[in-house]
Amino acid sequence: MSNLSIGKLIEKYPFVTTYLDENKLDVTGYEDLRFEEYLNHFSEEDIENWAIDKERLKEDLEIYINQMKEFLGIDDEEAVSSLTIIAGHDKSMNPEGFKEFTINKSEIISIVGPTGSGKSRLLADIEWTAQNDTPTGRSILINGEVPDMKWRFSSNNKLVAQLSQNMNFVMDLTVREFVELHAQSRLVEDVEDTTQKIIEAANRLAGEKFDLDTHVTALSGGQSRALMIADTAILSSSPIVLIDEIENAGIDRKKALDLLVSKDKIVLMATHDPTLALIADKRIVIKNGGISKIIETSEEEREILKKLEEMDTFIQGMRSDLRAGEELTVKN
Amino acid sequence: MNLVVFSGPPSSGKTSIILKIIDALKQREVRVGVVKFDCLYTDDDILYEKAGVPVKKGLSGALCPDHYFASNIEEVVQWGLKLDLDLLITESAGLCNRCSPYIKEIKGVCVIDNLSGINTPKKIGPMLKSADIVVITKGDIVSQAEREVFASKASSVNPRAITMHVNGLTGQGAYELSTLLIDKEKEIESVQGMELRFPMPAALCSYCLGETRIGESYQMGNVRKMDLGDDYE
Repeated sequence: MSNLSIGKLIEKYPFVTTYLDENKLDVTGYEDLRFEEYLNHFSEEDIENWAIDKERLKEDLEIYINQMKEFLGIDDEEAVSSLTIIAGHDKSMNPEGFKEFTINKSEIISIVGPTGSGKSRLLADIEWTAQNDTPTGRSILINGEVPDMKWRFSSNNKLVAQLSQNMNFVMDLTVREFVELHAQSRLVEDVEDTTQKIIEAANRLAGEKFDLDTHVTALSGGQSRALMIADTAILSSSPIVLIDEIENAGIDRKKALDLLVSKDKIVLMATHDPTLALIADKRIVIKNGGISKIIETSEEEREILKKLEEMDTFIQGMRSDLRAGEELTVKN
Repeated sequence: MNLVVFSGPPSSGKTSIILKIIDALKQREVRVGVVKFDCLYTDDDILYEKAGVPVKKGLSGALCPDHYFASNIEEVVQWGLKLDLDLLITESAGLCNRCSPYIKEIKGVCVIDNLSGINTPKKIGPMLKSADIVVITKGDIVSQAEREVFASKASSVNPRAITMHVNGLTGQGAYELSTLLIDKEKEIESVQGMELRFPMPAALCSYCLGETRIGESYQMGNVRKMDLGDDYE
């Protein structure tokens, strides 16, 4: 690739423009030069003033192109279809209350246990694909095998996406600009179509609809969560999504989980809200830094869930009536 | 002894991350010491003391903290060796986006945070671009989309670094980071003769030498003027 002119390089690998842009290299007018020749046009003074490291920029471009090629080349064969946790021990070195636990894609698993019990540690074990080399002694398998080290070290292929209740939008962009920016960083080809899909999905989840020209910082709590979930479901490359509670306001949580599951995600959800915890197929109970047991949601619990959902619908109904300025009545 | 240089803008979470690393390394009975460099003031040394590790602080005062670092690092290393540390961590002041105190053979870690804005990777020079490990903090309070965009931007200015998310509050990721800092093959007895990864900027204008008066006739040495154009006519 070092023989190609910059113009040809961009034609072949359009993502090179991101590299040039982030490194503040303006190549306008130099498209016919090779990258090395372009770097040589900087004067000694430029190099010092702008802290330019020519050798490194040259080598890094090559590394960047290879990483991006690899990122684009991820196909379905490599997709994550299951995650297996092999038991380790708790903080007192007692063995965990299970031997091996496999979670398949489109499954929802809830995690319960008091704050500080070891939820973060479990998540970190998964994110790092622990191989009996973390304080819990757990090992993680992907698709039943010892995972590729890329999950540890690649910056664009993280195993776990997170949705937590403290999350906010920091950038002040419109919804359209925001989603486009994310789509571009994921090298999505049809940005407009993807943006449309995300806003439609988000609006199906949100109690109050919003449009593409709304600023993300002006969205209500429910709308923000809806947009974050839709965006993570559709755009995030991470096959595992960890949800740390979803507040029960302004968002249809059941639909949100359905959306994630429909996108082949493995969903782990830390929650003490019974309606959410019981939606899960199984729940992991964490105590003293270890998994003490894994409970399968029973028939009786599913009955309880139905009741909870009815109550939930009742409350949500009241909420929309209030929003619409109506007087509340007990409907049958 | 292993030496690791931590750098990163103010308030990005360097101290929190180092404290979590200390926690993780203590469990493995690794002896850690910290030297904090700053400009006028720091009370981070008290936090490290509370964590039960040997700590020294160096305040650069009227000098540039990174220059001060370069002129003191050998003595700091000897201090660490005398205490028989397994790992010596230095934490920079992180005041200037132009410089970095990384040394060629020594592991350099840059800590940046998701809240600092999407253009941060563009604004930071060698401090980010020449780090071996880029640690991104405060990921629990921004959206997943911003986490991904931010990480991909950081990675596009430094594609060869390992980019990791570490949470300075819960410590998620700190254990993993700590395992990357201990490296038998990188143990040192001295940094004498080693080289900085990137030269610090040429200084020495009259203001470096204590001039306080404003005006053309007081400006001497390495002076550069802004190009304001002539569009005010």
